Amino acid sequence: MNSPIADPMLPRPFRIQSVRKETTDTFTFELAHPEEGSQNGFEPGQFNMLYVFGVGEVAISISGDSAEPGKLIHTTRAVGTVTQAMARLKPGQVIGVRGPYGRGWPIDDMQGQDIVVVTGGIGLAPLRPLLYRVLANRGRFGRVVLLYGARTPNDILYKKELERWRGRFDMEVLITVDRSTGGWRGHVGVVTQLISGAPFDPYHATAFICGPEIMMKYSVDALTKRGLPSERVYVSMERNMKCAVGFCGHCQYGPKFVCKDGPVFPFTEVKRLLDIWEV
Amino acid sequence: MEHRAGIEWSAQTSYVARADFNALIDALLNHGYIVVGPTIRDGAIVFGEVQSDRDFPVGATDVQDGGKYRIGEHTAPTLFSFAASPHSLKTYLYPSRSLLYSAHGSSGNFAVDAPAPQTPARYAFIGVRSCDLHAMNLQDKVFLEGAYVDPGYKHRRENAFLIAVNCGKPAGTCFCVSMGTGPKAPPLFDLALTEICDDSGHYFVVECGSAQGSAILACVPHRPAEATELHAAQEVVRGAERAMGRKLDTTDIKELLYRNAESPRWEKVADRCLSCANCTMVCPTCFCSTVEDTTDLTGAHAERWRVWDSCFTIDFSHIHGGSVRKSGSSRYRHWITHKLASWQDQFGASGCVGCGRCVTWCPVGIDITEEIAILRQTETDHETLPEEQGNARD
Ligand SMILES: Cc1cc2nc3c(=O)[nH]c(=O)nc-3n(C[C@H](O)[C@H](O)[C@H](O)COP(=O)(O)OP(=O)(O)OC[C@H]3O[C@@H](n4cnc5c(N)ncnc54)[C@H](O)[C@@H]3O)c2cc1C
Ligand code: SF4
Ligand code: SF4
Ligand code: FES
Repeated sequence: MNSPIADPMLPRPFRIQSVRKETTDTFTFELAHPEEGSQNGFEPGQFNMLYVFGVGEVAISISGDSAEPGKLIHTTRAVGTVTQAMARLKPGQVIGVRGPYGRGWPIDDMQGQDIVVVTGGIGLAPLRPLLYRVLANRGRFGRVVLLYGARTPNDILYKKELERWRGRFDMEVLITVDRSTGGWRGHVGVVTQLISGAPFDPYHATAFICGPEIMMKYSVDALTKRGLPSERVYVSMERNMKCAVGFCGHCQYGPKFVCKDGPVFPFTEVKRLLDIWEV
Repeated sequence: MEHRAGIEWSAQTSYVARADFNALIDALLNHGYIVVGPTIRDGAIVFGEVQSDRDFPVGATDVQDGGKYRIGEHTAPTLFSFAASPHSLKTYLYPSRSLLYSAHGSSGNFAVDAPAPQTPARYAFIGVRSCDLHAMNLQDKVFLEGAYVDPGYKHRRENAFLIAVNCGKPAGTCFCVSMGTGPKAPPLFDLALTEICDDSGHYFVVECGSAQGSAILACVPHRPAEATELHAAQEVVRGAERAMGRKLDTTDIKELLYRNAESPRWEKVADRCLSCANCTMVCPTCFCSTVEDTTDLTGAHAERWRVWDSCFTIDFSHIHGGSVRKSGSSRYRHWITHKLASWQDQFGASGCVGCGRCVTWCPVGIDITEEIAILRQTETDHETLPEEQGNARD
């Protein structure tokens, strides 16, 4: 009767292999699994709980390549107590990890479709694994479009990678900034404005969106205006999370638990809720 | 929500004389249980450790209403003539504070120490009500039946010995009949007692729900209950059914709440609600928790504690940029919608078992049954309006 069962709240210490500064407030960790050679498989869109010793624990998406699960990659924006403490950690130091958790992007079901990714700011982090998966199986999909918005040109995430992707003939990358600075020659405005002119066939496309709720709502409006039915839209939701395993109740979004039913939802599952104030 | 028909009585019931009640407690103590039963503390009948019937609230009852609780005198020297107390099984099976783990080292290099697998106390609970067994069953769904299992809860739950008492004297705030959760205890108990105290004598009709239950009962003088005794017990329960202090119409309740997410009524409740979180603390089904991180002075020892939390606090829904549920109205709406509607989507059952605790312990007497009745009433009022207008236009 009392066979010991694993405690789902216990983190495992992972060593930080490298830290890359992405923007002034955003950084990427590459973490090494504590047991040599072993690896955590994950699905694009899933997240881990990262624990900073004595400070606390936060939900952070996995932003690396699911084909290379030995390299655990997390990109974090320092916004508060825990994430700022994370920002002070250095290569060689240790961070607690539990996961992966949640339901990811159902990308494998979308073969033959045009893939439209709409995101802003740090929202690119949970979508990067989806793009890796699509590009690794490029032949199985139609057109691939990434629409990305950042506050300023200096806040653009994964700049090198975006440049590389922009150079590809089999992918369209459209970037916009809220405020132009320096020598920015690109689009200025909100990311939803890119939707009307983006090159995809709305009747054979699936859209994946991650960003603030209001941005996701307007994106869906713009997509449906072009004829892409909301049944083919997936969104990633964000709520306060204390456990990630369905115990703490914090992540409730109406009848959904974002930690276990999401964070990725078919838009139609949350449409009713997005229209109500303060759910 | 479906209403369960009355719960069947066991085919075999036993008679235990009031004079032999202490033999039951002794049997539990002899089996190594810490025995927890109703005691009077700080002006309320609450669970506490008991050694004998002397610790029980003999002849006491409770008087409960919206925002009101007091202990009163019952007409007979009974042991169980009262209803739900501010405590429930949750107090023991899911403690308000528990250590998740500690860690030692420094921010750069640390190791996690899982809490040593202690042999936690084995509790026997005497006087568990039907609503509380249903509530426990709901917490089981959260902590045991999902993709992840809470090992501490599992251990405490598996080691608990449960003696239910079928209610004979519901309080003014009880509405388990409406919720299909009482007053007859569902078969989740080891033993269930019905107390009878009338001209024929003072005794218990006992039902057995498990092998452990039988083993304990075997240590207590008992004999098969006579038909008249069983009948008396059934009358106790029927009397309780008729004496419900409140009722809640659960017809299409989920749809009612989902439809009314934008009701102006939420503002009205919020005007009275103090966001004190009492309702969630006393609710036997509320399961929400938060975590607290601490470090000692050296900074080399850190701990993570899990503590009960409430969706009535502002911080509960905090995400970067501010709380999602800033207004009191959205928080009350979240609470009542979770209890009566989203629970059904999440766990296939209502999250409210009709124990009335939230009504009793609300300092301003906000009443879940009243709020639902008003929501229904507001709807019917609104429904007649457009029709009348339509007719006027014809
Ligand atoms: C599924 C999911 C994936 C996420 N992925 C990423 C990611 O890849 N990169 C990234 O930078 N951020 C991500 N976030 C947001 C990140 O969790 C918050 O920025 C972080 O919790 C802020 O914690 P803090 O202590 O630094 O901030 P504070 O404002 O000091 O927060 C205090 C506490 O509030 C809670 N909290 C605050 N903001 C959030 C939030 N946005 N979401 C959930 N809980 C919050 C946390 O429990 C935190 O400990 C994700 C959130 C979720 C729910
Ligand atoms: S919501 Fe109120 S009446 Fe319902 S189970 Fe909780 S405390 Fe009892
Ligand atoms: S009502 Fe509030 S505190 Fe209770 S379980 Fe639901 S969300 Fe948690
Ligand atoms: S994060 Fe705790 S229940 Fe979802």
